[in-house]
Amino acid sequence: MSILIAKDITKRFGGLLAVNRLSFELAEGEILGLIGPNGAGKTTVFNCLSGFLTPEEGSMRLGGNAIKGLQPYQICQMGMARTFQIVKPFPTISVFDNVMVGALAHGTSLQAAKAVSLDIIESVGLWKMRDQEAQGLPLPLRKRLEMARALATRPNVLLLDEVMAGLNPTEVDEMIDLIKQVNQDGVSVLLIEHVMRGVMALSQRVIVINYGERIAEGVPDEIVKNPLVIEAYLGKEFLRAQG
Amino acid sequence: MKRYHIFLLMALLILVVLPLFLDNYILGIFVMIFFWAYVGQSWNVLTGYTGHISLGHALYIGVGAYTSTYLAQAFGLSPWFGMIAGGVVAAGIAIFLGFLGFRFGLRGVYFVILTIAFAEITRLIVSHVEALGSFSGIFLDFEPSFWNFQFSGNLPYYYISLGMMLFSLAAVAIIERSKLGRYIVAIREDEEAAQALGVNTFKYNMLAIAISAFMTSIAGVFYANYIFYLHPNSMFGMSMSIELILRPIVGGLGTLFGPLIGSFLLTPLSEISRAYFAKGGLEGLHLVLYGILAILVVLFMPKGIIVYVRRFLDPLLRDKT
Repeated sequence: MSILIAKDITKRFGGLLAVNRLSFELAEGEILGLIGPNGAGKTTVFNCLSGFLTPEEGSMRLGGNAIKGLQPYQICQMGMARTFQIVKPFPTISVFDNVMVGALAHGTSLQAAKAVSLDIIESVGLWKMRDQEAQGLPLPLRKRLEMARALATRPNVLLLDEVMAGLNPTEVDEMIDLIKQVNQDGVSVLLIEHVMRGVMALSQRVIVINYGERIAEGVPDEIVKNPLVIEAYLGKEFLRAQG
Repeated sequence: MKRYHIFLLMALLILVVLPLFLDNYILGIFVMIFFWAYVGQSWNVLTGYTGHISLGHALYIGVGAYTSTYLAQAFGLSPWFGMIAGGVVAAGIAIFLGFLGFRFGLRGVYFVILTIAFAEITRLIVSHVEALGSFSGIFLDFEPSFWNFQFSGNLPYYYISLGMMLFSLAAVAIIERSKLGRYIVAIREDEEAAQALGVNTFKYNMLAIAISAFMTSIAGVFYANYIFYLHPNSMFGMSMSIELILRPIVGGLGTLFGPLIGSFLLTPLSEISRAYFAKGGLEGLHLVLYGILAILVVLFMPKGIIVYVRRFLDPLLRDKT
């Protein structure tokens, strides 16, 4: 059962074709990796899916409902949450107050939202700093806060945009464990990631895009050996040198 | 927490009992302290909490003042009801302004310009409408009575403005803790991130500006019936817009007690310096003082003096566990 279906998504910025007839499906309970070189159009796809941009052509369905043209807040309320590549904490308020904003998403009562927030804050390991100002947090904790806020909206689908960027190997492992846990709790995940260890450890399937088009799709082990993928990341010269 | 409440209660009691010891002139200063605290708090809702800077908030004071005065003079409507009418008109204009601004993505300085434009346009319109006094302004007849919202002496005004200030504190305290309050703060902190978390930012922006405008316009009704003279330049003008933002900024933007603290500091200062400089023939120099103070605060205490007040009071007010 596909919980998220994207069909022929096309997005232009003036003369620039950023996403070109991209189609994919995210199965319920799956972790799907979305990889590609910088500028391939991955974040643009996320922006289309989450309502920050409207694709010129194509359709997107979340749990069977069409979401093209909807506002970001509506898509969130329908059960799809996203994180941002460059984290956007609410800087001058506390971790708890940050997460509360997410927890109030479904018309939840204040009391219920408080319980949900504290629960999630603990599960991502931010309990000790729950009353600290968000802008005082170092990057790895900001990334966890970004996750916690998105999780507080009780999503069915989570779009993670390079959550491991800037993390050291230990922090990457922690993030991998966190995402695995989230997935086991029933959240389907679409993951943009450059950190290959994360992609390999988490993704059940991977889609590769370049210049806005899908160039490969398959299980992680096949993808890394795919010549088209290697060429996209490392160039023709490298591929030829490989023989 | 309990000590904090006792402190507030005592402060309230002092303010309630204070008039017994004050002459009419000093009472008048307190009237203005409470008045500017109330107006500042109303402005705080839009700018401090939601983050949209308004430099044209005089618009709503003028709307409140002119609407209630016109209805009183033309139809004999008590300003207590004229207040509601004025509030509705003010909220309506605010919603129009808000629609133009928020629907079309005006942020930052562009939103500020929009607020200034609305105030200026209204000032010019009212300056040309005969029924609203045009360039001469409107003089209110002094017919003291409760229903006319007019009183002899400052004592009744003292308690009314005190009540208004307390009302604004309660309203903002409730908002702060509510979903509305959390959402508008989220908008201030990062509007896009708020959208991604399910916040209908357009709706909450509109709510914030409507509430702020409604509250501000009530102050206009009070002001009209306190100084008994309306003129478009003083009611809608830039000096009014600037005057009303100084106290919340100095006190602490986006905080509950900021406007109050700012007013308790600035208003007596302004009165004293105005009286002092006027004696020496240097009228208006108190405005220079305002400017200097504002610059000092922005440079050295950008979060407002409430930070220092809190630091001072916290050890005293924290419950001993």
